[in-house]
Amino acid sequence: MTTDRPGFYGYRRPDGRIGTRNHVLVVPTVICSSLVAERVAAAAFATALPHLAGCGQLGPDMRVTHETLAAYCGHPNVGAVVVIALGCEQVVAQVLAEAARAHGKPADIVAIQSEGGTVRATEKGTAIARAFATLVAAQAREWCDVSDLVLSLKCGGSDYTSGLASNPTLGRVTDRLVELGGSAVLGEIAEIMGAEHLLASRATRPETAAQLIQIITRVEGEARALGLDIRGTQPSPGNIRGGLTTIEEKSLGATHKGGERAPLVDVVPYAAPLRRKGLTVMDTPGLDVESVTGMVGGGAQVVVFTTGLGTPTGNPIAPVIKITGNARTARQMTDNLDLEVSGIMHETETLDAAADRLFAEVLAVASGKATAAERLGHREFAIHRRNPTI
Amino acid sequence: MKTVLAISARDNVATALEALESGRRVEANGVSVTAVERIAAGHKIALHAIVAGQAVIKYGSPIGLASCDIAPGAHVHTHNVASSRGRGDLDAGVPAAAEPRLAEPPDTAATTQVASEADE
Repeated sequence: MTTDRPGFYGYRRPDGRIGTRNHVLVVPTVICSSLVAERVAAAAFATALPHLAGCGQLGPDMRVTHETLAAYCGHPNVGAVVVIALGCEQVVAQVLAEAARAHGKPADIVAIQSEGGTVRATEKGTAIARAFATLVAAQAREWCDVSDLVLSLKCGGSDYTSGLASNPTLGRVTDRLVELGGSAVLGEIAEIMGAEHLLASRATRPETAAQLIQIITRVEGEARALGLDIRGTQPSPGNIRGGLTTIEEKSLGATHKGGERAPLVDVVPYAAPLRRKGLTVMDTPGLDVESVTGMVGGGAQVVVFTTGLGTPTGNPIAPVIKITGNARTARQMTDNLDLEVSGIMHETETLDAAADRLFAEVLAVASGKATAAERLGHREFAIHRRNPTI
Repeated sequence: MKTVLAISARDNVATALEALESGRRVEANGVSVTAVERIAAGHKIALHAIVAGQAVIKYGSPIGLASCDIAPGAHVHTHNVASSRGRGDLDAGVPAAAEPRLAEPPDTAATTQVASEADE
């Protein structure tokens, strides 16, 4: 099929959503079943989702863990799900399996206690995961319109080049994608602090602007309630060495990722489904892996991660594209980086030309091109915890 | 090739794109200033005098308040700018830090190397 609109080759799921990857996901319900899940995934060439939670949790903390795991089971980048349970934990294996089935994909459960221990559970899980791998391998990529794309916008290890080069480049891509009918999600509430006026002025509805201000006030209030100075972590020591002085400066640079024109259509909780086309802000912490984990849970199929100082992290189910404006980092951390845009600061490349390159890279990666993080096996995953373990 | 970059015409600081030695003359936003101290690449130089309590402007927006008077050509960083956001320490009655806790690390030469070589 030919069209003059940009697009990519993706996996069209039974629920109509589009995947950029086709993982068989092996999901432990709880830390106690994480090792078995990892061994099953290794033996079946599948993808594990090891985590540290799943029990000893209360209230909103438990809910976020449950919803995040369920979101990964239902995610369009996942073709089939094997849930590895222990048997006595809080996270309910059936809920996770149902989250996958509700989106029309095969899912099964193996419980270590009822299966009779590690060895038997690993064997059974491996057999199921292998059978699922054969099933999902039969699914072919097909042409999808760019408006089916949901991009997660992330920065980490920021330095002065982030605000001057890589974030503005990503912002141009965000503006173009949203103009074409696609979506993007911006997290890290602490790193909007000081730049919220710019985003709020682009909100399509007054309540969305009010919600944005409300969650920023809450995060600021959390630091204040502890009697702490947010400067203990924002900007980070590495940010400060890189020339960033205050959280306001970091935020103004970071918020460039959301573009200059894309309307702010929604504000959603951590890992909650993205409901509207356009730019959404998600309530995530600033910690890179927790933030990316939440935005992918919301439905992002590709992550663009800008960095100044360089950072290696990926995600288990979504490709993470690393882009830097720092020429030295590009040389030092070649393994970890996909794109360099340092020419912008020295006027050897225009912002639009750099955005053209990034946009093309996003579509290529959406169609299956492996990112540096994928080639290196980076698949960091961490669920945001709201309360201490009980 | 540019040596410093101001993003908005309203900015009263510019970002050094290479390390500036003391005495180096640079131009941004139609202003010419002389660096009064060494400024590492990626760090900021004051384009105008900024008095204590006045907003430091970058990207056209305030990035914090000057915690002491800043001379044109001076290095602008954590030693003379304080954030006004997320400051629970102020609410708790801890005295306003003229010298923020997270100042530059002691081994400045080694750590700023990262930035100063950033865009060779």
